Amino acid sequence: MKEKIEKLREEMNQKLENVETLQELNDIKIMYLGKKGPIVELMNYMKELSVDEKKVFGKLINDLKTEMKNRIESLCIQLEMETLNQKLEQEQVDITLPATKIRIGSPNILEKLIEEVEEVFLSMGYDVVDGPEIEEDKYNFEMLNIPKGHPARDAQDTFYIEGEEILLRSQTSPVQVRTMLKGGGKTPIRMICPGKTYRRDDDDATHSHQFMQIEGLVVDHDISLSDLKGTIDVIVKKLFGSSIETRFRPSYYQFTEPSVEVDISCFNCKQDGCNICKHTGWITIAGAGIVHPNVLKMSGYDPKQWSGFAFGFGAERMAMLKYDIKDLRVFYNTDLRESNTFDRREDFLND
Amino acid sequence: MINLEWVREYIDINDQDLKELAVKVTKAGINVESVITNHISNLIIGQITHVADHPDSDHLHVCKVDIGSQIKQIVCGASNVREGMKVIVALEGAVLQDDFTIKKSKIRNVESEGMLCALFELGLEEKTEETYHKGIHELGKDAKVGEDPIRYLGLDDTLYELDVHKHRNNDCYYHIGFAYELAAILNRKVTLPEDLFDEIDEKVDSHIHLDIETDKCPYYLAKMVTDIEIGPSPQFIQKRLKSVGIRSINNVVDISNYVMLEYGQPLHFFDKDKLGDHILVRDAKEGENIITLDGKERKLTKEDIVITDGKNPVCVAGVMGGANTEVDEHTKTILIESAIFAPTSIRYTASRLGLKSEASIRYGKGLSYEYTEKAMKRACYLLKKYANAKVLTGIIRYDKIDKTQKIVEFTPQEINKMLGITICEEDMEVELERLDFPYKRNGDKFIVTIPPRRLDIEPYINDIAEEIARLYGYHNLISTLPKTNVREGRYIGDVKYRKIISKRLRSLGLTETKTYTLISEEMSHTFSYENKQNVVLPNPMSLDKSVVRTSLLPSIYQVYQYNKSRKVKDIFLYEISKTYDKEYQEESKICGLLSGTYMTNGWTEGVSVDFYLVKGILENLLDYMGFKNRYSFERSEATDFHPGMCASILLDRKPIGILGRIHPKTNKEDVYMFEISMNALMSKTKLLKYKEVSKYPSVHKDVAFIMPRNMPSKQIEMVIGKIGGRLLMDIQVFDIYEGDKIGKDEKSIAYALTFNGQNRTLEEKEVTEIFYKIIDGVKEKCNVKLRDK
Repeated sequence: MKEKIEKLREEMNQKLENVETLQELNDIKIMYLGKKGPIVELMNYMKELSVDEKKVFGKLINDLKTEMKNRIESLCIQLEMETLNQKLEQEQVDITLPATKIRIGSPNILEKLIEEVEEVFLSMGYDVVDGPEIEEDKYNFEMLNIPKGHPARDAQDTFYIEGEEILLRSQTSPVQVRTMLKGGGKTPIRMICPGKTYRRDDDDATHSHQFMQIEGLVVDHDISLSDLKGTIDVIVKKLFGSSIETRFRPSYYQFTEPSVEVDISCFNCKQDGCNICKHTGWITIAGAGIVHPNVLKMSGYDPKQWSGFAFGFGAERMAMLKYDIKDLRVFYNTDLRESNTFDRREDFLND
Repeated sequence: MINLEWVREYIDINDQDLKELAVKVTKAGINVESVITNHISNLIIGQITHVADHPDSDHLHVCKVDIGSQIKQIVCGASNVREGMKVIVALEGAVLQDDFTIKKSKIRNVESEGMLCALFELGLEEKTEETYHKGIHELGKDAKVGEDPIRYLGLDDTLYELDVHKHRNNDCYYHIGFAYELAAILNRKVTLPEDLFDEIDEKVDSHIHLDIETDKCPYYLAKMVTDIEIGPSPQFIQKRLKSVGIRSINNVVDISNYVMLEYGQPLHFFDKDKLGDHILVRDAKEGENIITLDGKERKLTKEDIVITDGKNPVCVAGVMGGANTEVDEHTKTILIESAIFAPTSIRYTASRLGLKSEASIRYGKGLSYEYTEKAMKRACYLLKKYANAKVLTGIIRYDKIDKTQKIVEFTPQEINKMLGITICEEDMEVELERLDFPYKRNGDKFIVTIPPRRLDIEPYINDIAEEIARLYGYHNLISTLPKTNVREGRYIGDVKYRKIISKRLRSLGLTETKTYTLISEEMSHTFSYENKQNVVLPNPMSLDKSVVRTSLLPSIYQVYQYNKSRKVKDIFLYEISKTYDKEYQEESKICGLLSGTYMTNGWTEGVSVDFYLVKGILENLLDYMGFKNRYSFERSEATDFHPGMCASILLDRKPIGILGRIHPKTNKEDVYMFEISMNALMSKTKLLKYKEVSKYPSVHKDVAFIMPRNMPSKQIEMVIGKIGGRLLMDIQVFDIYEGDKIGKDEKSIAYALTFNGQNRTLEEKEVTEIFYKIIDGVKEKCNVKLRDK
């Protein structure tokens, strides 16, 4: 009996040693540990033994059974590992191959700039407003202190649609007028109005019959020219860097008095002189001023109680400066090979 | 153009560096665009002491030139060199025309230490056949060796090119006006030029009679001179006119121009003998003709103002004189006109006739009455002095000009509040004195009278604040922010929608375009799906920009073509813009164009654009906006769209836009476009509310129907939905089959239905009952067959 057990152990060990696949292992498991296997057979044979013999051989058989079970189990884990590793190896990918591109659309370059400007002004409590592009003479000129026959109208070279009454707006200022009228002479105003404007210019690298302005208006009590300077400082530093300085020069617009032209220190050459600033160290980027009392009055704000400032940037000019664009038509052509490089933020770089 | 040498006549600026002065002027508000000077470094007057032929050339000469301190050897090719000649020598380092820099060099092995110059080589003359053959320029005998030849030639004037803002042209775009500006900046006084002269006994009014019959001529002065001698102008007048770009003609014409550039007031000289003894200023008659000085016949309109001899026009007022009264070499007696005309009328006439001149521009911007008489007197003075004229006594005068003084009252606090800084009263007084604005004090109040020469200043505190601040210096302003109540900034109205939709479409992979509002009429007829009429510009710049678009589709298709022709494969675009119809009704629209592969890595098959992808993008947008279950798609047809792949988009059953593939006749590629009215999306949506998912299990049932190929699935889904009722949670299409197993014109669509009781577990029996009801209902209502497995 003892020999039989030992022989069986030897036989099994030998078989297990040569096992290569899970299938083979399973076959061995069924063959030896199954209901018709030799171990069960030995157990059945025990019935015919004496109590003392039963004790001795019972233990031997159980030991063999446990031993084989454990051995098979660990072999099974080992084989499974090997199979998995093989599979993993086969599944290995070339991580250098091109990715599946998740398409991200880009903003129009002008819109990107405008959105940056809007972000700053929104944070300072300004509303962002737009108005009609087909405008009435009243809002585009008359109420901005530009009466009929005024030379400013010649220069504006407007697209008239119906007599002198209906036109494509030549500036976004009518939105300011409309906002003031809505305010009814009672509510303070803080707004910017980026929008399309139209003038009879032939399209070339620096002119366009359609272009975008970013105008702003503040009407409140005690608004000063220094407040205008501070406000422009904020936006300029945000767009062109914190070291940029602003300079005001006297200028002239019908709807502001005093009027100023806004220059910024050249971001390119740090005022050493370069082509961008035409060797002056300064770049003109905006027109602005204190709202003319006539304009306040016409829109229902009493100039004795209220004061305000207004400013206007040319979006194209700002974008051309900021992104080093030489031809204005870029903004209206949408060459995807160019505009798709504008699909990211850049504010992480400026801090 | 302002000549600074000329300005010196009215104000002392001898201590000023003219380049630095230009910066001061610019800072104070008048932009000096450029400082022009003819000065060239390393130019010197020399005298040729010896000329020899070049040993190795048949036309070159080797000259010895005395430049005072030393003798230079210079090789020169000009044929007119000779000993004793005084010449302009460009020494090493001189930079001549076209950035040509003089260096020491060897010319055919002979050393040359500079160059002898012709005027065109210095940019002082045009280079022509004629000037070229003159050879080098010979200076006069009085030229001093070793000195600056440009100064000797009297061409060393410094000029400022001004970019004067529209309103200020008239107070500083003439030399006396500019002198006043300098006087304010430098705190100095202006001296006006001499204009005192003797008059003969004869009186003007016995020779001429004036009538004004228009309200467009508020001020008209005339004076007469006789016995004039026409000849060349004195040198200084010729030189000064030439320096600012005006050709010298003769003493009389030059004086009229000279005075205009002094005082800003244009004058007109009539040949009195041709004119007769009557002047009548009136509105022109419609269709009236005049031959102007340039010999052209001009047809006038009733908007123009004419000077007539009582009957016939002799001058288009403020624009151009008539040939019939032109001053010529035989003229003896002149009638000098100095007047002010309605600026708008002059601008209109000058631009209609294409006759914009120094004079008409000045009239067109408005003139100050202060100098009208002064300029006329100055002209008399100069004519007497330089044309030996005799001046008749008296002035013919018509004077209806408004001479109301502009007076502003203000306190220093008001000015300081506007500027946001503190300028003390004493400083304000100083600034007003510099400006030469007379003022009085009354308590802490200032009462300022604005001089009439400053037409640009209106009687507002703002205007005074500007004048004071620009002299005080804008660099003294500080940076503050408005002291206002805290409030949140927001996107208002359509801007808000545009921003939200824009961001969504970008994240869905579409790139934003911006195209022109004005398109060609031809374009406006493409991709049309609405019954809208365009605004047509009455006076377009060009045909390709002649109508205001009602749809963005034609424009976005152009962007597609632009990129396609540049070999861009995948084109995904959108634009949001305002459109207008003939009634000026505004409609903001969202437009998109999709073509190519939407998602790919390039080396396995990707997702190409098809109708359903575009539909998916639109549904994504509409769902995001909160319109779930409120929109639908209906088959449709439109110009330039594929008749079988075109749908109209409905919101609350009203059409709001279109989507579809471009007709293969228009474009063979697979290109899809859509357009939606953004206005239609600016409507109320439900507020967000949390909804718990059902805890009870769902039951799934599949069913397929065989139907005619052209039957829309939506029709079946609607019947299923209706019968399924509240328990039917979801209908999904999971298979579509067309082929041998069913009829030729048939298709089979399989639907997966999900049922859930929400607050209870559904019983199998209950579901089966509804499911069969659905099958029977669809079969009956839609007249389709059930597809058995």
